[in-house]
Amino acid sequence: MPILDEPQTPSRRPPPLLEFKDVNTYYGELHVLKDVDYRVGEGEIVCLLGGNACGKSTTMKTILGIVTPKSGAITYAGARINDLPTAQRVKRGIAPVPEARRLFPRMTVLENLEMGAFTRDDVVEIEADKERVFSLFPRIKERLKQQAGTLSGGEQQMVAIGRALMARPKLLCMDEPSMGLSPAFVEQVFDIIRVINRQGTSIFMVEQNANMALSIANYGYVLQTGQVVLHGSAASLRDNEMVQQAYLGEMKSRPAAVGAGGD
Amino acid sequence: MTHWDVLIQQVINGVSLGAMYSLLALGFTMVYGIIELINFAHFNVFMVGSFIAMWTLEALGFPGQSHVLHGLPLAGILILVFIVTMLGSGLLGVAIERFALRPLRGVSGTAPMITTIGVSYILYNLVLLGAGADSKNYSNPMPNTAWVFGGVTLRLREVLLWTISLVLMVALNYFVRRTKMGKAMRAMAQDQEAARMVGVDVDRVVGITFFLGSALAGAAGLIFGLYYNYTSYVIGYTSGLRAFTAAVLGGIGNIPGAMLGGVVIGLIESLGGQYIAVRWTDVIIFSLLVLVLVLRPSGLLGRAAPTKS
Repeated sequence: MPILDEPQTPSRRPPPLLEFKDVNTYYGELHVLKDVDYRVGEGEIVCLLGGNACGKSTTMKTILGIVTPKSGAITYAGARINDLPTAQRVKRGIAPVPEARRLFPRMTVLENLEMGAFTRDDVVEIEADKERVFSLFPRIKERLKQQAGTLSGGEQQMVAIGRALMARPKLLCMDEPSMGLSPAFVEQVFDIIRVINRQGTSIFMVEQNANMALSIANYGYVLQTGQVVLHGSAASLRDNEMVQQAYLGEMKSRPAAVGAGGD
Repeated sequence: MTHWDVLIQQVINGVSLGAMYSLLALGFTMVYGIIELINFAHFNVFMVGSFIAMWTLEALGFPGQSHVLHGLPLAGILILVFIVTMLGSGLLGVAIERFALRPLRGVSGTAPMITTIGVSYILYNLVLLGAGADSKNYSNPMPNTAWVFGGVTLRLREVLLWTISLVLMVALNYFVRRTKMGKAMRAMAQDQEAARMVGVDVDRVVGITFFLGSALAGAAGLIFGLYYNYTSYVIGYTSGLRAFTAAVLGGIGNIPGAMLGGVVIGLIESLGGQYIAVRWTDVIIFSLLVLVLVLRPSGLLGRAAPTKS
């Protein structure tokens, strides 16, 4: 369970959009998520840090309903969604930007965007959202007829984010948005994430690039072997010694001064 | 008849057979494309389709080949029979998927494929039981109108069957390329989990795919009956295996590939029969299957490797 309590009390965070309460997930016999609690407040950017195979991708799959938890409660927009099929979750506004982007490689960029709006029928609004995506990513507009598999990694990431936005999400779930991108591009992607957030979309992000993630996030969780070992405001995590050593690649001499309930 | 006449005549015959194999191959390739299953029940959905069509024609008052129609009435009856047959065989495909295969979704290995073989035997024996073992004289309202160009005969029924096959393939292509459900099918074929994540209902897409593939198999069954003037409970095996070869030849999972493969197999059958010997047809076709699997496993139009960023 959390070692570190946040200096900000929970009540100072916005009301929750998504909440995990004591969630346990298994793959067969393998216990992946262990009594996990998360909370993504409305309008927040929340990041999830952790090493390989710690349960980050399982967290994403659990939010999307690809994996169902064995116990615990997942609440979204006030309703329990434990057993809600993926399609229904997308309809209610949860959209993924999956790890490694997962575009449909032999469909055009335009078709990929249209697939993002698969659960919607409001033709006029879909067109409006297309324009919104083009205004965020002008380069996408030049590539509409091209097969998505032929794009560069950075362009694919733009299309993946665009495809998710086509669902008009309230909650965008991003799995490693910086993976495989050049540093300049990473910067650009994070700028875009900030813009999308300011336009009113809450963001839950799994990210290896802790520095970048914490620089734009409001709140963060640290996951180790399926357990949340630390959570707090992004600022408090950035100052935490363990986070610095494990994820930020820094060694600072001054002791971690965050939190009251920790050690 | 000159050599050229013979060649052209056999090409005409080959294209007719090929149109039928193409329709049948499409069902194999579509199902394989989205769930990587080789559906051997497809053989006998085709056979059942030819019976559904024959019974429909009999019910409409066309026993045997004595009652012939022309012009609009012929077109109307053909369209009606094709619709009924395709609905019937399509629903049969949906039922097979729903009750025999869906419970096995997620089971790895060969269990689903072996199940389709079992379903195939059930259909085969049900028809044997219900309709008997003898060949049926097919109900056929098409006239024997034909045009003769030198030594080449072009029959009206061939032109009609080509037209129907072409219309069905163009319609399928439109569905897969342009409609929302068709795009969901392609998306699922390319990345099933990503398709789920954008909200595609996988069960629904699989059901629709079985419906379309089986409906086309039913159409092929009707074409078989109208072309050969007979049907029997055994027709699924030979035609099914040839159509399966066509699907592999074109690149399994690839829709234009199945259409092309069907025509190639049809031409091999007619030209091989003419210039080599009919009894060698299967040897040639299945040797070709072996060669394709050895030399170009992805098929004529298949992709060498999946596209990767």
